Amino acid sequence: MSEREVLELLRENARYSTDDIARMTGLDEQEVEAAIEELEATGVVRGYQAVVDWDKLEDERVRAEVELNVHLDRETGYGDIAERLARFPQVTALRLVSGDYDFDMEVEGDSIREVSQFISEKVAPVPEITQTVTHYVMTSYKENGIELGDGEDDERLSFSP
Amino acid sequence: MTFELADRVQTVPPSGIRRFFEIAEERDDVISLGVGEPDFATPWAARDAAIASLEQGKTSYTANRGKRELREAIADYVADRFELGYDPDEEIIVTAGASEAVDLAFRAFVDPGDTVAIAQPSYISYEPGVIFAGGEVLSVPTKQEDDFRLTVDALEDAGADEADMLVLCYPNNPTGAIMTKADLEPIADFAREHDLMVLSDEIYAELTYDGNEHTSIASLEGMRERTIVFNGFSKAHAMTGLRLGYALGPAEAIGAMNKIHQYTMLSAPTTAQHAALEALESCENDVREMVNQYDRRRQFVLSRFREIGMDVFEAKGAFYCFPEVPEGFTAEEFAEGVLREEGVAVVPGDVFGEGGEGHLRISYATGLDDLRQALARIEAFVDEHA
Ligand SMILES: Cc1ncc(COP(=O)(O)O)c(C=O)c1O
Repeated sequence: MSEREVLELLRENARYSTDDIARMTGLDEQEVEAAIEELEATGVVRGYQAVVDWDKLEDERVRAEVELNVHLDRETGYGDIAERLARFPQVTALRLVSGDYDFDMEVEGDSIREVSQFISEKVAPVPEITQTVTHYVMTSYKENGIELGDGEDDERLSFSP
Repeated sequence: MTFELADRVQTVPPSGIRRFFEIAEERDDVISLGVGEPDFATPWAARDAAIASLEQGKTSYTANRGKRELREAIADYVADRFELGYDPDEEIIVTAGASEAVDLAFRAFVDPGDTVAIAQPSYISYEPGVIFAGGEVLSVPTKQEDDFRLTVDALEDAGADEADMLVLCYPNNPTGAIMTKADLEPIADFAREHDLMVLSDEIYAELTYDGNEHTSIASLEGMRERTIVFNGFSKAHAMTGLRLGYALGPAEAIGAMNKIHQYTMLSAPTTAQHAALEALESCENDVREMVNQYDRRRQFVLSRFREIGMDVFEAKGAFYCFPEVPEGFTAEEFAEGVLREEGVAVVPGDVFGEGGEGHLRISYATGLDDLRQALARIEAFVDEHA
């Protein structure tokens, strides 16, 4: 149960210190550390990353959402295709989804050219893939639950009853 | 010409917080733990419903007592959450904030010369409300050693058996104290025995922690007929600026309050009523999530005060805790010092009436980053001076 609580806090902010997590949950520091170790060891927590607003950076970062349709046969399942695609470092997320297409793939690169080439040269030729539809991300408004707008100022009075 | 102010207005002293406002204005790096309202915005679904109602041109008055649909939703909500049964037609009135409801009650039930006992420390509006209605205030101080719960001893010591009315606020602003059912039983007995009417401000009812669920004194045997319950959307639903609250009570009592309300307010803000209806219908998860956040901050703040070496009782409700100032300080001196030197705004406990001396009201309705910073500054202040 303590793992659940710690997980919730890490999901909110993975940079909370062990001390602060302990203070917020009433656990002691050792318990928090043990919970984090357990979460990592069992693979529940796979990593920690920054949530980036690319529009705030000079360098271009091109991202695309790609819809993939695949054709399965006796020898090849979704897992086989997924494994092959997921190995490319350009692929940042890959999910099997319900609906009109099979895979929802997120791709990142330094330029549109680079991303397009990747799709046409590495993804489309995979024999089981029957169709790709690429959507370039134009603006992002929310990432990982965090709104990327300028936020709202705290307009509250400094004292209120 | 000079205005001849009415006596009852002159009698009420200016707010004790004014002076601190001015000091806070002098610095631009102030972190405030002095705020008595949520830092969250109103849940989006409720805001969206308000916007939609405006788009549809729903901007006329409502029934005096509030939209019928909203009263029904309130009746269902209090039945479900607090085991309270009130008839939406006769026993519920929707008001412009719980503040209006409190004022209506004093005006409807207090005659000049009547005595109103107030469990203190407490929210600062009750005393002026009683005075504006011509009544006399009887302070009933609660103590840290009782976790700031009201006891029959405290009522007896203050002479509250002679009073006409008793005002309670649990979960409490400013202490964060709660009263469990077992704590309330003897108070209810006392009220029945001495024939006191009870006004119970339960606006923080959703904000209880550590597995405690709020009990309304009106749900205890024989209390419904002598109690008015106040609640509202400001705290649990983070809707302070929308100004919406309500009162629950027996038909005759709510009818009397409505008589004043219909001439002085006509009806509570219509847009806010639409938001409130949505808040009750679909924002339960938002409320749970806010309570969850408050609870973490509560535990964080209590731990930090203990680390700093300031005595603090385990507050279990609202979004306040009430630490004791270190020896050698009055609450006022500490609050002024920590504001001037460290830029942290806190409210000295005296402001909230008897029993508040020597304490600070700390609001944790503020993000964790600010809380962390503010507590570090308080620690520096204590290390330097205490
Ligand atoms: C105990 C208590 N009652 C009532 C109110 C006022 O609430 P409303 O915004 O509904 O008028 C407050 C606000 O601080 C409060 O703390």
